[in-house]
Amino acid sequence: MDASVSLPVRRDTAVGAPLPHDSAHLHVSGRAAYTDDLPEPRDLLHLAVGMSTMAHARVTGMELAQVRAAPGVVDICVAADIAGANNCGPIVADEPVFATERVQYVGQPVFVVAASTVDAARKAARLASIQYEELEAILEPLTAVEKGSFVLPSETLVRGDPDSALASAPHRVQRRVSLGGQDQFYLEGHIAMAIPEEDGCLLVYSSTQHPDEVQTLVARATNRSAKNVTVICRRMGGAFGGKESQAATIACIAALAADKTGRPCKLRLDRDDDMIMTGKRHDFIIDYDVGFDDSGRILGVAFELASRCGMSADLSGPVNDRAMFHCDNAYFLENVRILSHRCKTNTVSNTAFRGFGGPQGMFAIEYAIEDIARKLGKDPLEIRRRNFYGKSDRNVTHYKQPVEDNIIEEIFDQLTASSDYCKRREEIRAFNKGSPILKRGISMTPVKFGISFTSTVLNQAGALVHVYKDGTVQLNHGGTEMGQGLYIKVAQVVADEFQISVDRIRIMAADTSKVPNASATAASSGADMNCMAAQRAAAKIRMRLVEVAARHFSVAEADIDFRDNHVTIGDRQLKFAELVQLAWADRVSLSAAGFYKTPKINYDRDTFSGRPFFYFAYGAAVTEVVVDMLTGENRTLRVDILHDCGESLNPAMDLGQIEGGYVQGVGWLTSEELWWNERGELGTHAPSTYKIPTCSDLAPDFRVELMQSVANRADTIYRSKAVGEPPLMLALSVFHAIRDAIATTDTCMPELHAPATPEAILRAIGAASRE
Amino acid sequence: MSKSGAIRFVLDGEIVEVEDVDPTRTVLQFLREDLRRTGTKEGCAEGDCGTCTVVVAELNRDGDDLTVRAINSCIQFLPTLDGKELITVESLTPNGADLHPVQKAMVEEHGSQCGFCTPGFVMSMFALYKTNPNPGRQQIDDALAGNLCRCTGYRPIIAAANAMYAETQDNDDWLRRPGGIAPERVARLQQIRRGDTLEIEHHGRRFFAPTDVDALARICRQYPEATILAGGTDVGLWVTKQYRELDTIIYTGRVSALRDLRVSSTHLEIGGAVTLTDAIAAIVGHYPGLDEMFRRFASPPIRNAGTLGGNIANGSPIGDSMPALMVIDTLLQLRCGDVEREVSLGDFYLDYQVNDLQPGEFIVGIKIPLPAADAIVRSQKWSKRFDQDISAVCTGYRLVLQDGVVQSFRMACAGLAATVKRARKAEAALTGQLWSEASVERACKQLEKDFSPISDMRASADIRMLACQNLLRRFYFETQGDGVETVYSYGRQR
Repeated sequence: MDASVSLPVRRDTAVGAPLPHDSAHLHVSGRAAYTDDLPEPRDLLHLAVGMSTMAHARVTGMELAQVRAAPGVVDICVAADIAGANNCGPIVADEPVFATERVQYVGQPVFVVAASTVDAARKAARLASIQYEELEAILEPLTAVEKGSFVLPSETLVRGDPDSALASAPHRVQRRVSLGGQDQFYLEGHIAMAIPEEDGCLLVYSSTQHPDEVQTLVARATNRSAKNVTVICRRMGGAFGGKESQAATIACIAALAADKTGRPCKLRLDRDDDMIMTGKRHDFIIDYDVGFDDSGRILGVAFELASRCGMSADLSGPVNDRAMFHCDNAYFLENVRILSHRCKTNTVSNTAFRGFGGPQGMFAIEYAIEDIARKLGKDPLEIRRRNFYGKSDRNVTHYKQPVEDNIIEEIFDQLTASSDYCKRREEIRAFNKGSPILKRGISMTPVKFGISFTSTVLNQAGALVHVYKDGTVQLNHGGTEMGQGLYIKVAQVVADEFQISVDRIRIMAADTSKVPNASATAASSGADMNCMAAQRAAAKIRMRLVEVAARHFSVAEADIDFRDNHVTIGDRQLKFAELVQLAWADRVSLSAAGFYKTPKINYDRDTFSGRPFFYFAYGAAVTEVVVDMLTGENRTLRVDILHDCGESLNPAMDLGQIEGGYVQGVGWLTSEELWWNERGELGTHAPSTYKIPTCSDLAPDFRVELMQSVANRADTIYRSKAVGEPPLMLALSVFHAIRDAIATTDTCMPELHAPATPEAILRAIGAASRE
Repeated sequence: MSKSGAIRFVLDGEIVEVEDVDPTRTVLQFLREDLRRTGTKEGCAEGDCGTCTVVVAELNRDGDDLTVRAINSCIQFLPTLDGKELITVESLTPNGADLHPVQKAMVEEHGSQCGFCTPGFVMSMFALYKTNPNPGRQQIDDALAGNLCRCTGYRPIIAAANAMYAETQDNDDWLRRPGGIAPERVARLQQIRRGDTLEIEHHGRRFFAPTDVDALARICRQYPEATILAGGTDVGLWVTKQYRELDTIIYTGRVSALRDLRVSSTHLEIGGAVTLTDAIAAIVGHYPGLDEMFRRFASPPIRNAGTLGGNIANGSPIGDSMPALMVIDTLLQLRCGDVEREVSLGDFYLDYQVNDLQPGEFIVGIKIPLPAADAIVRSQKWSKRFDQDISAVCTGYRLVLQDGVVQSFRMACAGLAATVKRARKAEAALTGQLWSEASVERACKQLEKDFSPISDMRASADIRMLACQNLLRRFYFETQGDGVETVYSYGRQR
């Protein structure tokens, strides 16, 4: 394959080295234990959830006798069995664990059955007979807007005077475009196992990005205090935001069943149930009105965003806030209004998914930018450059945060050259002239993504480091591992803090009994925060070791140096383990907690202003595609990516995030389509009908580089940058490359909706040919 | 001889005997729940994600060598393993041995992130490793088409598939070298080879696996309501997704006469239980115009288990093989008891999922006419994704031209009606006409009379029709001048 990969290696230390994932050797040999692989306790019961078959209805009767009588069934649990709060809504208490008198979407949990085997439980769950009185269902965001059906109030963010700017602009484009949602499609479905322990305690193994929230919601649902619930997650088989809030529902159900039966209970969702029952990326309807001058500079723009939140608020507030924050992407919007509707629909409650609203906001502005270019008959690259944030002026976002670290021009300069964009664009145009059926297209799009939880309180992390007498280390922190390589990065930081090799560190599972009150591993913040917390914990122990060494050998602390599993103390050298022994013998604590809170950020949600983000991460991609004008089928031919990870903690992990994020974004914008029928039933609830990219979809020519020598201006861990989410949005280039390919002229503006399935492309071609 | 009702297969060099097997217990359930061998994962339980991939080695028809293939363990019933060797991800590193070259390459190339799909990828790569010593990118893509990864974007996995052949010279261990013969493995399988019918009875439910076609005919007559199981790539889902109880199952996969594949002077004769992998290789050898459609047909693990006979008997209105087979006058050889008959595939489908098979009747073989020298035969698949997707529309054409005039034109479509169906009006509109854009446009109009498609999650009715018309237009352009390359192959390295 013609794939070039450039991995910068900073120095001869753990940090900056492209170490493999800490579990790679376990993954490949099948020895990495996921929640369903853990040894099963004696008397374990397996659970299956009975779900609503109606989008909106009053429950008038529930006949569960047949379920109870089915072979292997031990018990059933319904809303009335809940000892505590019947809620698993993380922010707003509007989402019951089990529906009571009213169901609000097809797939909503109504009861759970506990049986001796998975098969018995699932077969029994299907025997329920629930009577409904159908209520009017709202299935589309625009219907919700019409009827004023919202999970949260609509929000408006205004800067400048968009109305006058639009009214007086020489050119104007108005458009409505729809943008589909996306299922996370983690390969490991949702799962939790709850084990009753002595004196009313509960141990929960959960595949979750947020053990603390699982602990909190399980405690509330089961009427316990937090001290009596422990949640453990060693690893997830993928999450992508889908296990941020959604895991709590699964864990609560397992916990309730465990309480009712007094036995360990495991709930593992079948793939179809997982896709029907749990939330996805929000689909949006986007209206925009953009005014611009002859050069393509945006004078004013108004966005109206309507997102499908589903039946409850879940994380829709912050998701939609982030969409509003990212309607600028990398562009200065002097006069702008963003109106954001958080639509309540009778569909599954949508939730976090990599990018968390950012991709939808960026999609809106990038569509507008492309329209401006086409309206003026210019290369979109020129329009993008014309509107980029400046460095000394035009450098304040619409939410009043100065952009202090802007490197998008540098990235564009470098990538335009390395991708040979201009020459290829000309070649493609020449090719298309002679090729009526196969058309090629190219697009280059930027990413500027704000790093931090927009909710300031969540920007805190804890760690707990133990050094044992033999000089080996156990490392605990509040972050969870979903494949992103967080654990190895934190281990690299701790290894360097002690100057010991990484293999002397045992990376422990995320465990609420080790590190309390941890935020979700989300918002790309995992490494930024947990590395800092762990470094601080390790630094405390190291300072104690220095103090011991200085005292014991009567040398100045400045003459003590940790290097290569050893410690130099004046002219003497000890093994790290020997110094640890010495400290232990001296009765010095070899365990420490570390804590970190992200500095500088402050943000007033009422006015949508302040500094929600510690810094921004940047990147850009050039994608070239070929489209069949008769079938709408298309293929990515070449991809060039340049992405900013600051000073990479682990370039191999960062590269993996960039490549994987890009391809996941391509799926979102091309082949992954969520389809509901008129009854509100999801028709695409398994890989047979929901199509994420496969191996052959990867461009034959795929070139990814990490931006070199760009230390983060913000004081992050080793001046690295977060990388989890930003690369997903690099895929906007594939969407616009397709649009470029099907535009018959430089001024043609095809009405292409996302995802750009063959059907959507054929519709856009048809509409364009009728223009 | 094994005890009646017990099945025997090889795992990690040992012959495993399992008694009192639930006939519909899947290989995956057996591995994970009974053996607690949890390296193999469940991702979808419908054979579409590949996390459950295992490799099965079995004796070839002559019984002197191994056929090594990846399958989806999530929809494979355990009794079908009888007489075979099962290789799982754990088998590659017995007793904590060093990582296998495939696994090592995956670590070194950073081919795993969350790791959940990884054992499945490793097993598909292992199957490739054993069967192709030097695959190109397209062969790697094809080999991995049944495995989904949500984390990596595939680049490092492809890199690992390229790197896995390094350092494998002179390894005595059959598992750890590409290709190569394995006499001791063959001998072990010969040892458990069964000559008679495997019969299982489990809580009133029955499973039969005859080896002889007469026995098959007898059992089918005795249990006319039985479920006939071939590859299980559809029947498996009845159990794992619909939770159906199958009272009697008759497995055709061991019937030697149904596993024959031969070429007569007029026909390619494919036994009813020949796997899609083998059937496709034979068909495409004669009909290269079907290559692309068959490459896009399901995935290797599905094609390795599934059979052409099963695809036809199952009769899905969106089945991929039928449009092409229908236009080339494929015949089905059916047998019920001692009575054999032949039915044209074009007459086989009566209504939505209703076919002409009588109770107790089964497909003995599929007779595909060898290509006529002057006929252009082609099939097109239209779906949201190239690989491992179900067609929204699938077409088959057979065109005979003489001096630019259509002597004969046949077209059949899947995805546009309750069954796979010929486009009779479009065919008539073109027959005897000049093979021209104008004629094709007239035929496109007729397609609207031939079919009234529906809207579903795969495509809307209007676009389904447009796609069908455009596919016909495309077929026309493909026959002109240098033709038009498909996007499927455009820009790809072989």
